[in-house]
Formats: sequence, C-alpha cells, structure tokens
Amino acid sequence: MTERLYTELAWLPRPPENFGALCKSLAADDAPGAMARSLANHALDETQAARLGRAIMRCARPLAPLLPFRLGLIGNGTLDFLVPVLVASAARHGLALECIQADYGVSTQEALDAESRINRARPDAVLIAIDYRGLPLRFEVGSQIAHAADIESAMAHLNAIRAGIRTHSGAISIVQTLAPPPETLFGSLERMVPGTPRRVIEELNLKIADSIPGTQDLLLDVASLSETVGLAAWHSPAQWNMAKLAFADHCLPVYADHVARLLAALRGRSRKCLILDLDNTVWGGVIGDDGMDGIKIAQGDATGEAHLSVQRMALALRQRGIVLAVSSKNTDEIARQPFREHPEMLLKEEHFAVFQANWQDKATNIKVIAETLSLGLDAMVFLDDNPVERGLVRQMLPQVAVPELPDDPAWYARTLAAAGYFDSVAFSDEDRQRAEMYQSNARRIALQQEAGNIDAYLESLEMEICFAPFDRTGRARISQLINKSNQFNLTTRRYTEADVAAAETDPAVFTLQVRLRDIFGDNGMISVVICRKTTPETWEIDTWLMSCRVLGRKVETMVLREILLHARAAGIERIVGVYRPTDRNALVRDHYEKLGFSLLSEQDGVTEWVLAADTDVPAVPMSVLRTTPEMALT
Amino acid sequence: MDEIYRKMTVIFQDVFDDDSIVVTPELTAADVPDWDSLNHVRLILAVQKTFGVSFSASQTASLKNVGDLVHLIQSKMASA
Repeated sequence: MTERLYTELAWLPRPPENFGALCKSLAADDAPGAMARSLANHALDETQAARLGRAIMRCARPLAPLLPFRLGLIGNGTLDFLVPVLVASAARHGLALECIQADYGVSTQEALDAESRINRARPDAVLIAIDYRGLPLRFEVGSQIAHAADIESAMAHLNAIRAGIRTHSGAISIVQTLAPPPETLFGSLERMVPGTPRRVIEELNLKIADSIPGTQDLLLDVASLSETVGLAAWHSPAQWNMAKLAFADHCLPVYADHVARLLAALRGRSRKCLILDLDNTVWGGVIGDDGMDGIKIAQGDATGEAHLSVQRMALALRQRGIVLAVSSKNTDEIARQPFREHPEMLLKEEHFAVFQANWQDKATNIKVIAETLSLGLDAMVFLDDNPVERGLVRQMLPQVAVPELPDDPAWYARTLAAAGYFDSVAFSDEDRQRAEMYQSNARRIALQQEAGNIDAYLESLEMEICFAPFDRTGRARISQLINKSNQFNLTTRRYTEADVAAAETDPAVFTLQVRLRDIFGDNGMISVVICRKTTPETWEIDTWLMSCRVLGRKVETMVLREILLHARAAGIERIVGVYRPTDRNALVRDHYEKLGFSLLSEQDGVTEWVLAADTDVPAVPMSVLRTTPEMALT
Repeated sequence: MDEIYRKMTVIFQDVFDDDSIVVTPELTAADVPDWDSLNHVRLILAVQKTFGVSFSASQTASLKNVGDLVHLIQSKMASA
C-alpha cells in the first residue's frame, strides 16, 4: 500500500482471468456500452486499459448508456499511448470518449489555427497535455529577472493556446499544472534560488491554478498527482528519450482516470452520497457482540485510530456537501448506541440522512437509501470491510461504486480518497449546505423486497462448510464464541473451556463446530451447536450460535440439516429448540419458526419449538466437508 | 527458454491485438503488419514490465529479430 495504491488503481477489483477474451467479445455484445463500463471498472494496467480502449474504439455500434464526449488532445509528448487508455478510463466513468489528436509537436499551431483538425472537430473539451519541457522556460539560475520572465512567457504561451481553442472551437480547455523534475542543482536550497526549476514551477503552478476561476476552463492538477505518486516514479528519463513519454507508462492508468473523473464531473456524474457499513468499518469490532466497552474507537489504540480516520474522512466529505448514510447488519437500537453514548465517536446520528440498520441484505438497503434521497444508484459509494458484502452489492447494483479495501483499516480512508469518487469541478454555497438539506432525523425506512437473485450470488461464492464435533484443536475458539456471541445466540448460555472439554466426551451430548470457506478465503469457525439428550428420543438444542459475519448465507439451514442427519443416525425422533430472549438477540427470535419448527410453549418470552428428526430440509448451494471419524453418514 | 517464448507470445498478442501470432526467434518487424515505431515502443515497455528488466536505448537499437531480444532478456535476468 504505497504509491501502488494509486498507480495500480487498488480501489478497483482485479480484472477477470479472461479479460482479453472479454475485450474481444465486446463488439459482438448486445449492450457494448454497459459491458465496456463493467470491464473498465477493474484495476487495469496500461496494457489492459489500452486493449479495452482499442476494443471500444473498434466497436461500431452505439455505446449507450455511455454519454458521448469529444476530447481534443494536444501536447508536447507522445499522445498515441494516451488515447486508448483515456477511452477505457472514460468508460469507467460513464462516458463514450472520442479523441481527436493533434500531430506530434504542433500543439500551439493546432490551437491557434481555426482550420486545424482539433478546432474543426468541435470538441467538448481540449486537454492541453503540456509538461515543463513544452513551455518556454529557460531556468536561468540565480536571476530574479529571468525567473519572472520564465513565468510570464509560460503563462502567455498557455493563455494563447486557451484563447485559440475558445475562439476557434468554443471548447473548454483542460489545463495541467506541471510536475517538477526530481533532479535538483542545490538540494534544499533549490526552493530559495530564483530561476531554478523547482521554484519556477512551484510559482507557475499557483499562477495556472489562479487563472482558472472565472473562466470556463478546468484544471487537471498533474503536479499534485505526480507528487502523490512520487516524482522519481513519475518521470522516466529512459522513456522520455526512447518515445517522448511525458511521464512513465505505468502512471498512464492513474493519469487517465484523473482526466476521466474531471470529464465525468463536468457532465454532473460525480458521486454524491457515501454509505457506510458500521462494524469493522466505522469502528473496530462488532457492536452487537463486543458491546460499547469492546468496540475499538479510542485515541491511543492503533485500530481505534484507523477507524477514527474513516470517521474524520466521512465528516470532512459531509462538510463539503456529500450526503452520509448507514447500511449495517445490526439491530437498529444497538447500532445507534455508539453514536449516542460513545464519547470518542466523531460521527453522530444527526450526520446521517438515512440510517439503515437491519438484517436485510445490503443491496436492498442501498436501493432504499437511494430512493429515500431521490438520488440515482450511480451517485452512491458504499464502504464496507466485508468482501462478501462488497461482492454482493457490486453484482446486484453495478451502478454503485464499491471500493476494494485492504485488510488493514489504517488504509481505508486513504483508499476511499484515492478513488476520487467525489471529485468535482466547482464548489458552491449550495454544496456546503447540501448535506444539511437531507437531514436531520436519521430515519429508518421500511424494508422492501430483496433487490435481486441472492441464490445465484450465494452460489457464486463457492461456499464450503465444514462440520466437526468439538475437539481439542477447536476448544479455545469454541469457548470464545460461546462467551462472546450475543446476537445470533438462541440461549446465550456461557460455558468455560473446561465445560467445553467435558462436552467432547459426554455421551449424552452432541456437538458441532462449523467452519466456512468461500472464494474470498477462510472465515474460520463461524457456528457452534450443543444438543443434549433429554429423553431417549429427544435432543434439546442447548446452544446454537453463529457469527454475524456470515448472516444471510443460509448457513443455519445447512447446520440444521447436519443436526437432523446425526439425530437420525443416533435414533433420535424429535429436536427441541429453545429461544431465550436477551436485550441483544432479537435477531433470532423467529429463528426456529423460519426453519420450520412448531411452537411448543411460550412463557415470559421464552419459546420452545419442536421439529421431527425425519423432516426433509432442502440443501442450499454449498459443499459439505465432515470430520466425523466414527460415524458412517449417508 | 520455452517459458520466455510463451510469455513473449502473450505480450505480442496483447500489443498487436492478434491472437494468431506465434513468437519464434526468427520473427522480425517485417513479418508483423502493425509493427510500426509506436507498437515497437509498446512492445519494449511491455517486455520490460513482464520480465522485470530494463534496457538501454543502445541495447534495443541493435536488435535484429525476436531471438536477439530474448537473448537480451536472458542476459538481463541472469545478471539481476
């Protein structure tokens, strides 16, 4: 997670294995525009982006829903490599880009000549991709007069190009700041000596930026981008000499993405709403299980500070007009508690326009948030630490931007910022107030129908569930889960590690430890079951708990199948389940009813349920592994 | 050696957008219709990236065919 976060577009998912073949099939696809956008939304390197760009350029059919955009390109370096990468990056941001390129080395003439190829093409905008080598800069070291003359003539040169474009084509100019070369003559003194590249370029960059407001033109802050990536990585003397590349080719994807963001912002395509997951995103830990004392959000704790930086970023975005919302798998009351009571939380309930904490899938919740705010799904960004939730939302709602996140929360805020979802071309008073307008009472919205076909997605996760009886290896984790799980926990009975060890050999007790793997990796132990024989034909489920991380994946159905299988093998006829309410486990109040149990009794909120052991429970798409050595199961 | 040619074939197919290209030591720019100066740069950049090596201008200027290029890659990888 260094400069590669930027150059490798690490907020985007990796491209599929058959990316090349998919590019080839683009021309024959029924919806080439949508397909181009979906292919472009991967972390493409310069070769892959160029390949996709060329495929898009070859495609003869309309590229709707991509919006057409004509971009003129002038510059002092080789522009040919830029064109296909720009086309692919524009598709990522919803634009069908057509590039009109000036011939090599004739940028000024192209701008000033009314009959030039670019001016005749009537582009929407012209990118003036000129670096310091393309401006009349003499860098006469030590002379204040030469220093001022350099700045004056460079500004005059740029202004002439801009005026030519405006007069002859009516297009907007996109003006770049300059990336200074990393080589210095004086080291630290350089910045103090007039006429040196460092000092001239620094002053010139400010002048360029100040020349934009009040005109129709836009700024592409190449200076900032190149500093972020690192000037030594940005400038490749070998590539300049070989092919006149104004910056190293591995920086092409991030440069082109910045251009495309600007064009998308110009077309009003910037994102407007940030939807936050809570557990392990806004704070460390799971509020429902760890409680107010257990979640990490305090200063002085590295994990807590990482999550605080996410909060700080969200708050800063809100101050510049980005609407905030919550989508969390939680009980509403519990999810709100840290916002109300935790002293170190920076985010408060009133900062959110919509607060969706429930047990519905997140795609459905995000649709509700978009409808409530009357914003399109393509205005939404969804930040979640859980790769399964990210994958689900990407699949169900491809318009929503869902950044990939690294494992370490310390990098969440930077990754979100690097993606540039909220880049815009203006900042008005209205922007400042927008977030307020969507306020102020965080509302809980009625649940709606599921957003799409969840089963197909679950199948794509290639889940592998692994059942084993309690054993020495699992003992510590089993006991930890028994003593920590609050939400998906039917009886909330706590047992010591010694109790767990005793259960391993107790003939009147049936135990299960459950692990789950999927395409994103190993979730580890996620569920624990203890059944006690209460009559020769009856097992009572003493303990059934599950990690909320795997909610909504039908794990509980598979666990029930496993219990029934073992029960029949042991000559058991009935399974009895008990729900004992606490202030944390309302989530599983209807657990047994949903699984097909019948109500036996109810007293003080405690419910008792029964199911015949020969009940047929349909399997769900996941493969089953067992380590049950002494028992032959069918 | 075979591994280098296998990777070279993938690079060529990518750069020239032509899945029918099979890279042999004798292959030259004259054999591939789109092998112009721009695609030559693309090719050299992709080769450097794929094999984690870098060439000087004089080294690439003296190449006569793909066999020469592969020898250059091998010598760079051996000295890395």
